[in-house]
Amino acid sequence: MADHTKSNDADHWDISITSSRRYFDLNVHELWRYRDLLVMFVKKDIITVYKQTILGPVWFLLQPIFTTMIFVVIFGRFAKISTDDVPQVLFYLGSVTLWNYFSETLNVTSKTFSENATVFGKVYFPRLILPLSKVASGLVKLMIQFSLFIIAWVYYLFIKQAIHPNWHIVFFPLLLTLLALLSLGLGIIITSLTTKYRDLTFLISFGVQLLFYATPIIFPISMVDSDKQFWLWLNPLTSIFEAFKYAFLGRGVFSPVWLGYSTVFTLVAMGVGIFIFNKVEKRFIDTV
Amino acid sequence: MSKEVVIRAENVSKLYRLGQVGTGTLSHDLKRWWAMARGKEDPYMKVGAENDRTKKKTSDYAWALKDISFDIKQGDTLGIIGKNGAGKSTLLKLLSRVTSPTTGEIKIKGRIASLLEVGTGFHPELTGRENIFMNGAILGMTRKEITSKFDEIVDFAGVELYIDTPVKRYSSGMYVRLAFGVAAHLEPEILIVDEVLAVGDAEFQKKCLGKMGNVASHGRTVIFVSHNMQAVQSLCRTALYLKSGQVSDFGQTEKVINNYLSKEIKNCLSSEWEMDEAPGNDNIRMLGAEIAPHYNDKAEVMDVTTPFDIKIRFYNGADNALINLSLVLYTMSGVVIFNVGTKPQRLAKGVHESVLSIPGRLLNDDVYTISLYFVKDTATVLYVIDELLTFEIVDEARGDAWFGKWPGAIRPSLDFSIK
Repeated sequence: MADHTKSNDADHWDISITSSRRYFDLNVHELWRYRDLLVMFVKKDIITVYKQTILGPVWFLLQPIFTTMIFVVIFGRFAKISTDDVPQVLFYLGSVTLWNYFSETLNVTSKTFSENATVFGKVYFPRLILPLSKVASGLVKLMIQFSLFIIAWVYYLFIKQAIHPNWHIVFFPLLLTLLALLSLGLGIIITSLTTKYRDLTFLISFGVQLLFYATPIIFPISMVDSDKQFWLWLNPLTSIFEAFKYAFLGRGVFSPVWLGYSTVFTLVAMGVGIFIFNKVEKRFIDTV
Repeated sequence: MSKEVVIRAENVSKLYRLGQVGTGTLSHDLKRWWAMARGKEDPYMKVGAENDRTKKKTSDYAWALKDISFDIKQGDTLGIIGKNGAGKSTLLKLLSRVTSPTTGEIKIKGRIASLLEVGTGFHPELTGRENIFMNGAILGMTRKEITSKFDEIVDFAGVELYIDTPVKRYSSGMYVRLAFGVAAHLEPEILIVDEVLAVGDAEFQKKCLGKMGNVASHGRTVIFVSHNMQAVQSLCRTALYLKSGQVSDFGQTEKVINNYLSKEIKNCLSSEWEMDEAPGNDNIRMLGAEIAPHYNDKAEVMDVTTPFDIKIRFYNGADNALINLSLVLYTMSGVVIFNVGTKPQRLAKGVHESVLSIPGRLLNDDVYTISLYFVKDTATVLYVIDELLTFEIVDEARGDAWFGKWPGAIRPSLDFSIK
């Protein structure tokens, strides 16, 4: 009986290592098997940031506070850029928190291969776990920072009664998901391309800076001439940030059409990202 | 007893690009893409040269592995041996899925864990406890598995006291023990180990080897790569000998190791010159030199126990010159082991011979080279010849648990006992 199964087993293999690439092979099963690793990576990211610091996790909060203060002074007081009658602190704090999440996640995921080359060169695990863990640890950090926004928001809402949020707040999880997937998708596209063509790295940091100004973060889209607004909407982040402002602050534009566009854009970016990420992960270690 | 094949490599090849990666990548990629688009073979695959690091490169690409095929059965302990650059590391990388082959296929049955380096993914800021979980997870264990093995790992590594201290404060020994501990308590069907035994003290090595033997005896498969023939011999039942990216021999360990030793140790054990082309000058010409070992068993391998003679034949050009020979023995890394001289002697014009006898159990295992000085009137150097001969002395089969290189420039057998 035992011999029987053995002889038949010969053509069943668990792993096959070849050069052929199955592009859309996401291998969810394998990712799931390594879920504990994802949790460990997230823990590591959070813990190591504040090890041996006195303030610990408080540092996560100081970053948006400082940025907001600087924005209030520079864009609010000096440049006098309109915030659509929304209290400046609230206007900047919310979008800065979201932007930081997006840009930091994009930044770390776009270095997945180059920064982890030594680990990747020594041991196999589904490479996608790493950028995924960065998205998740970024979310944890975002939640801590977002609590700050909520405090300010509650203050302006109930005490100052200066803002008028609405039911569109229920879309917030969707907006966050879009933001997370978009940064992940773009990040893994960039990291895959930069393993071979390093030159791109320089373009990317420039591109992210440019994107900051092409997204309604420090200004409301209503400030832009209506005939030029179309170009701004082409930036998939625009509808996300505007919808966020509309839902929480009552000012901004909630555009289902452009949100749909952003969703499609995000899904395409994810698809393309996984496609080339899979292609690169098999052999990148030979080229870094 | 026919056991199941758990790893099968079929015509596995790996092509590497030589030189700077990056420059010209785009143009190569375009050419490659153009060839593929026309349904032709990758133009860079054909030109790959055999991987011989000593040769000057003739192509931008080289085969690190070429047409490797083998089967490994369940419960086997396989040692992979070969010189530096023979493709051992590449094969390991392929087996552990770090990179993929250019052509061919490797098929694996069961869960595989590789230890190409101890402590992969250890984060210096994290505590021992956190790192055990981190490292275990990277190596493919689930949290549950690690939790159930946790006490065993800590016990194995002997770091109970420091378990909540960041590993950056660990001594290197503790660090390695902890790292190996995690890896050793993985329970994969196939374990791949790369030379980790080179670290740690003798006691710990014994522990590691014991653990690996243990893993194998539980029906799991172990693949072990090492330069150390002693370790391979004692641990592995079968061995795979790689040479310039190809399988040179595969089979029973002892046979493969002997084959390896006799093939790879390229000793320049003798040199002969005709009078008209002999190196030297009018005073002295080198005619020949030879290492003549006195083997004491049938396996003709020069190990640390083998006594040998260095025989030198030279031509003296000036009658009645007062000549002495001075011989310097170096290791290949340039350490002078000793310098011995003959007594000065009046020599007639013509051919003379000289013999230096070196007893067994004097030199350590290493690769040696010889420089020879011809001195006139005990003061003037008439002629010097460097790297006259090159030879390797290998370690003997030792019965103890220490598999690292024996320390010391020499390795004399001295009377040392406990009264």
